[in-house]
Amino acid sequence: MTSTTEIPRPTTTGLPAPRGPLSEAVITLLRAEHDDGLATAVAVARSVVGDTDPYGDDLQLALHCCYQLHYRGYPGVDDDREWDPLVLGVRRELERAFLAALYRDVEPGDDVSGEVAALLVEPVGPGAETGVSHHLRRDGELWQLREYVAHRSIYHLMEADPQAWVIPRLHGAAKAGLVSVEHDEYGGGDPARMHSQLFADMMAELDLSTVPGHYVDAVPAATLAEVNLMSLCGLHRSLRGALVGQFAVVELTSSPGSDRLVRAMRRLGCGPASIRFYDEHVEADAVHEQIVRRGVLDPLLAAEPGLAPDVVFGMRASALLGDRLSDLLLEAWSQGRSSLRRPLTGVSR
Amino acid sequence: MPRETPDRHRVTLTGEGPVLVEGPVEVVLPDGGTVRSDRPVVALCACRRSRRYPFCDTSHRARVRPEHQEDHP
Repeated sequence: MTSTTEIPRPTTTGLPAPRGPLSEAVITLLRAEHDDGLATAVAVARSVVGDTDPYGDDLQLALHCCYQLHYRGYPGVDDDREWDPLVLGVRRELERAFLAALYRDVEPGDDVSGEVAALLVEPVGPGAETGVSHHLRRDGELWQLREYVAHRSIYHLMEADPQAWVIPRLHGAAKAGLVSVEHDEYGGGDPARMHSQLFADMMAELDLSTVPGHYVDAVPAATLAEVNLMSLCGLHRSLRGALVGQFAVVELTSSPGSDRLVRAMRRLGCGPASIRFYDEHVEADAVHEQIVRRGVLDPLLAAEPGLAPDVVFGMRASALLGDRLSDLLLEAWSQGRSSLRRPLTGVSR
Repeated sequence: MPRETPDRHRVTLTGEGPVLVEGPVEVVLPDGGTVRSDRPVVALCACRRSRRYPFCDTSHRARVRPEHQEDHP
């Protein structure tokens, strides 16, 4: 071992606090050791799902809990609940509501090349440089940067995992291309270089908890929704085109944004582990962009041209949810308040 | 991106962006210095705008001002 990095133990936090009747029902369902009350929880979930905001805290947290069974699970919750028909039945209701909202709000299209070309243009000028990474580079404060990292931890501590579900749903060149990017995300065989590990190293340096799930209770629905979209598209073969679209957006847009975050970290005097995570993504994602375009999207659409509308849907849904989160962060910070449901503890600078 | 001749290293000229080289590579710079990259695919900057030269950092991308900005320079 040449690395001094300590690999975190594969621990996770317990079930989060419910945020309404739906998440309450799901958490009850997961906690229950006996069958008593399970049917009631399912009935409650089914009766309220239609009246619940599909982007809101209650539904998104409920969905997040259902999906966690497919990743790390929860201490005290039987691993076999992953395939419990009652849980899956409720999950399907939640997914239908979430998907219906996305199909309502995302304009359909089938021009993948045009969509990609639009993402490969860097808007410049005061009116265009309005996103979170622009703000953090320009005049973000350390407490805002730490909040940003806490939001991102829901995904980055399991970086590349939701996209791994799509591997057996792809074939030939598209599969080989996607796996080569995923292999890079998983450190190319070196656990110390796994992107999830680089992210944990950064969190530790920023005095944040590296325990997966630690910030679930703190993050709003908009943060959970972005990751839920990945799990939703990853776990459904019928949404494989959308998963690839979501994956493409991340890989195509990450490089310039990561560069801005490197500059934010340097300006704020952050340590080497913090700079390294985003620094690695500038160079890695410049390569990934090329592989995703030439090695994943082109062969996928050549093999399955009918997936084009799904790819565009995944790209636009991902952008929609990304914009919602970005707006939420910037609005809170512009008012000088936390973007989290509970403020962070630890160092203030 | 399967190779037609598996015994040769493939170098892809992307046209608008970097030169893609199968890694790992050792790149010799004009001053005689070397840099290495262990990635399976390495993107070498061809536009000389990269802040991470010789590696691509996507600085070749078109930078576009939204139209309404031109009215208010």
